[in-house]
Amino acid sequence: MDFQPTEERRMLADMIGKFIQNDYPLKERLTAGSSALGYCPTAYSTMAQLGLIGALFEEEVGGFGGSGFDIATVFTELGKGLVVEPLNDTALTTGYILAQTDQLDLVEQIVLGEKRVALGLIENGADYDWSAPETLARKTDAEWQLNGVKTSVKFAHGADALIVSAQTQSAPGISLFLIEAAATGLAEHPFQTVDGGNACEITLHNTPAQLLGVEGAAYPLIDAAAARATLALCAEALGLMERIKDMTIDYMRTRKQFGSELGKFQALQHRVAQMLLEIEQAKSAVINAANDLQAPADERNRAISAAKYSIGRIGCAVAEEAIQLHGGIGMTWEYDLGHFAKRLVMIDHEWGDQDFHLMRFAES
Amino acid sequence: MDLNFTEADQAFRQEVIEFLSVELPADISRRVHADLPVSKEDTEFWHAVLHKRGWLTYNWPKSFGGVGWSPVQQSIFEEECATAGAPRILPFGLKMLAPVLMAFGSKEQQEHWLPRMCDGTDWWCQGYSEPGSGSDLASLKTTAVKQGDHYVINGQKTWTTLGQYANMIFCLVRTNSDTKPQAGISFILVDLATPGIEMRPIRTLDGGQEVNEVFFTDVRVPASNLVGEENKGWTYAKYLLAHERNGIANVGISGQKLARLKRLSLTQKRNGKPLADDPLFAARLARLEIELRNLETTNLRVLDGFSKGAGPGPESSMLKIIGSELEQNFDDLTRRALGRHAQAHTPQVFEPGYNGPQVAPQDMANQSAAYFNKRKVSIYGGSNEIQKNIITKMILGL
Repeated sequence: MDFQPTEERRMLADMIGKFIQNDYPLKERLTAGSSALGYCPTAYSTMAQLGLIGALFEEEVGGFGGSGFDIATVFTELGKGLVVEPLNDTALTTGYILAQTDQLDLVEQIVLGEKRVALGLIENGADYDWSAPETLARKTDAEWQLNGVKTSVKFAHGADALIVSAQTQSAPGISLFLIEAAATGLAEHPFQTVDGGNACEITLHNTPAQLLGVEGAAYPLIDAAAARATLALCAEALGLMERIKDMTIDYMRTRKQFGSELGKFQALQHRVAQMLLEIEQAKSAVINAANDLQAPADERNRAISAAKYSIGRIGCAVAEEAIQLHGGIGMTWEYDLGHFAKRLVMIDHEWGDQDFHLMRFAES
Repeated sequence: MDLNFTEADQAFRQEVIEFLSVELPADISRRVHADLPVSKEDTEFWHAVLHKRGWLTYNWPKSFGGVGWSPVQQSIFEEECATAGAPRILPFGLKMLAPVLMAFGSKEQQEHWLPRMCDGTDWWCQGYSEPGSGSDLASLKTTAVKQGDHYVINGQKTWTTLGQYANMIFCLVRTNSDTKPQAGISFILVDLATPGIEMRPIRTLDGGQEVNEVFFTDVRVPASNLVGEENKGWTYAKYLLAHERNGIANVGISGQKLARLKRLSLTQKRNGKPLADDPLFAARLARLEIELRNLETTNLRVLDGFSKGAGPGPESSMLKIIGSELEQNFDDLTRRALGRHAQAHTPQVFEPGYNGPQVAPQDMANQSAAYFNKRKVSIYGGSNEIQKNIITKMILGL
């Protein structure tokens, strides 16, 4: 056994860390996060040029990584910088689907940051279940046409294309379709997200689309893509928690009340200690999930659900506890912590929350 | 032991419900139910409506113009106001300053300030915390130096809630630095129009603006604005903390949030079925409902005890801790119930003429922001850690 990251991944992590430190100030991130696009296209391109997207894909499809540990390395570092650019939503997840369905030209453009493709699976906003879309695909003489509504499609505004799930009349099961952003009958209704960023409600009315892969057989493919997306989210959350931990420790060491540093009060010491050990558990959950990403689907999904449950539970607890330990200053926009906490809690709302994954683990 | 409401209580509840159904405008209750900020105008309007009926001072003693309700009646009133979506009564004047003036203010101060906070002449805010004095409030450094018939105030206050709407502030200031910190603090009333005062907004993590910093530079305040005796301010502040009990458990608001969650769980879907049928969610909701039932009785027991002359003991601190955590847990579960849509931040759906997407159910459009905003309730008014210190100090007696 060896728990040390490889030399390549260490260098990758260092490189991302330096980029964030030198070229990704939080102030600009917050501005980008509340802009119409919800992110900064220039920053996105820079990250692609630095190879951050390439690290998420295997060599055969134009990348230089693609393993669970590569994905975890990139997204942990992005989490430390509270990076809002949608490398998960418009590159990792959709790029994987496109690679598996032989759309290699588009994958190459995604890796280079030249194209961004969003993913629309969810239709009922309260639900995390994507297995039974009501969006309907109909084959006309010349092409497929889609009708339906997708919700919370992250970063669809400004994307070049969309992948959406649908059912077809001719085959049971789910199918995936590629839609150009400018396709007829597609209407997007963008809205802000509370953690900075953007999502859309997408309505499709007789919208022309291209079938990806085999009709009715997309379930395992979506499942595998979801595993990647979920692993990336867990790793991002870990990066966020590492920063929150540093901020909290720093505050406990320096803030004085009642004549001494907060960190000298035993009641608070124990709470910080609890936070630190929980974060270590979260880190182990992410390592397990990264390790099992290539495992058979059942095994992989157990590890992914174990990680997402752990991250959901621990992440919310860390966010709330860090704010409480900071007191009023933790409630302010000017202080960094709140923005990290918002993103950390919202990660519990993407790709299934802690209850969803706890049940999925129990039932598997 | 009899936990039943009397017929008189039930008739009283009906009277409150009828009053609210007639007097509370729908657009105000809609905003309150959606956890949106209530405007200055709407708050002042609601105060005036309550004042006209004589209920604005529902928790004041009869001798000062209160209505003389029993603790049970007060609770019924708070519960029904929350259920109806009435704006909360601003606590700073009516629930915080008023009891201090009644106990320690001069007759002139009582006669001058109490009617003005009822008729809307004054909007009070609080000047307690300072950048270096949060939980350790007694370490506060803002000074008031007596010069003739004035005090001259210099320093900075922070976390002043809704100070942007206020014309008056009550402050704890240091009048003696040569003694132990608690023994050198005074309680003074300051007109915010006095030269030398600057109020600056603090933006909170949810993007809202309800708290402020207040800077004092050579601010001259008439000595007649000192409440009680010089250097006794800490005693008055502590008195207030121990006597602040009405509504502190937030039972009405939590009850309203429970009802809202139950409604929501019938319409939201999880794994294709109603959320209410999800066993994990159902268990989370059940736990909160049980906590609330327990708190309702704890709250009434405490209020009943006070009305029979018990205390003041650690009860206010207990109610504050349980009530604030329960309210936060309801906001937490509401966020969970929204699932994927919790991430949407679309408070603009409440604006007239809005034609964008309706993402979450409409009254939930500000919920994620509200969840983050409500992290404050375990921090302000003496953090829950400080409340626990108070409880153990009283009970252990060490």
